[in-house]
Amino acid sequence: MQWKQVVFTGVAMLAASSLAIAKPNPAGGTITGKVTYEGTPKKMRPIDMSKEPSCAKMYPTPPPAESVVTGPGNILQDVVVFISAGAPDDPAPSTAAVFTQKGCRYIPHVLAFQVNQELKIVNEDQTSHNIHPMPKLNREWNKSQPPGTPPISEKYDKAEFIPVKCNVHPWMHGNFAVLKNSHYAVTGENGTFTLPRLAPGKYTVTAWQEEYGDQSQEVTITGSETKTISFVFKAKPY
Amino acid sequence: MRKMLRTKFCLFVTSALILPIASYAQLGEQAPAVKPSSHMESHVGNLTGHSEPGRELYFRYCWGCHGPHGDGNGENAAYLNPTPRNFVAAVFKCRSTITGTLPTDQDLYNSIGRGFNFTNMPSWIALTDQDRANLVAFIKTFSPRWVTEKPGTPIPIPPEPKLTLASIQHGQQLFQKLECWKCHGQEGRGDGPSASTLTDSNDQPIRPYNFTADNRSKCGSTNQDLYKIFMTGVDGTPMPSFADVVKPEEAWDLVHFLRTLQYNNPSPELTLWESTPEGKAIVAAKRVDQTNTGSGEKP
Repeated sequence: MQWKQVVFTGVAMLAASSLAIAKPNPAGGTITGKVTYEGTPKKMRPIDMSKEPSCAKMYPTPPPAESVVTGPGNILQDVVVFISAGAPDDPAPSTAAVFTQKGCRYIPHVLAFQVNQELKIVNEDQTSHNIHPMPKLNREWNKSQPPGTPPISEKYDKAEFIPVKCNVHPWMHGNFAVLKNSHYAVTGENGTFTLPRLAPGKYTVTAWQEEYGDQSQEVTITGSETKTISFVFKAKPY
Repeated sequence: MRKMLRTKFCLFVTSALILPIASYAQLGEQAPAVKPSSHMESHVGNLTGHSEPGRELYFRYCWGCHGPHGDGNGENAAYLNPTPRNFVAAVFKCRSTITGTLPTDQDLYNSIGRGFNFTNMPSWIALTDQDRANLVAFIKTFSPRWVTEKPGTPIPIPPEPKLTLASIQHGQQLFQKLECWKCHGQEGRGDGPSASTLTDSNDQPIRPYNFTADNRSKCGSTNQDLYKIFMTGVDGTPMPSFADVVKPEEAWDLVHFLRTLQYNNPSPELTLWESTPEGKAIVAAKRVDQTNTGSGEKP
């Protein structure tokens, strides 16, 4: 009789522990797709950097503003696509997310990283910048970063989309996407995104563009299949 | 008896392992929003302030500008620039603590008593010490940040070293190297190349501090106040914190130099600066006799 109890407990503990530490099947399911726009987006005006000659001289022609970046085939760049519901929170990775000031612009224009992940901010310009992210949920801080000073290290403890600016150079705009899990992508020059390693389940996938807002879709993964979805944003002409 | 206990034990262990799994599935949902606390205390020196008497004072003296909900939207707010402080957002300009963190109770107490120069916030020194401590406690009932965060760490402020010419000159170099002039201008008049495009965190236009106008900056008129302003940053405005890039000893050099920009206000720094030929020439060039039209013809 005693043995039955022991075996029962042992099996239950094994089952519980395997559920507790179950990682999704490394192969997992994948959600992939493309982000496009319809309509006519507003023209991005060239940035006037004449007030900062050390940056202006880095560009043969003034670069365009970056709030809406498009590409051939009506694709949209710099769109954050992420799982907004259906996936558990992930612990922050140990690598830092790097945000660089170069040529009086932010590289990348949209930086996606996780809650409590280290954010490293680097100034590669010959001029001083101040880093001024403007969150509503997280703490708002504002730090000066002259050239040649070490990177600034910070982190955020709440998920939020945070606009970033430099007060000294008013044309500089960037965004932080602070996300709760590791399933996210930022569209590049071809407007595509891939979210791999998804365990079976029902997910809400959200796409966020800084001017056009966000849209969501529900996708169900049953095994290790690849599901393709697309997001189409209505472009605003002004 | 032993068998029953053993069974119960096994069931308990099993359920203890299974239950966390059930809650694991709930992860990823939003935690409920934290509410501010309706009873707060403040500690300023020997005083302890309480929010209940503070409430009565607030609704007598403060709500006309700061609003019944403490968000800066009082009746008068529409006519004011800069706008009244939003206590719900809890982002404060004048602190002794690191940028992005809450001020100490002493910081808030000082702000109420001092008022804010060049704004509609008067000095409330006429209220008793206890009254002002009670108001600090009540202000802390508007924002959940006072529940979820501790006040920030005050920055270390070494004692002010003796004033020397070398200190002022080093400060002059720092003013150039840190590019303060980009907003404040080479003469500190608040007319630098970036000054006209500055906006605060509510996207309202804002001007950089004009050193030549008056020596009472928003966060106080002493050298220590000036030190704290640029080492903690003025949160909610374009003025950043320089604590990561300026060493504390160097910061005093910058304070000494900044006093020489305030050429309308006598100070030991200005006197020392004017005792040198270079300093004398710089200050004399700034001291133009204003004509009625402001054309600045030199006498």
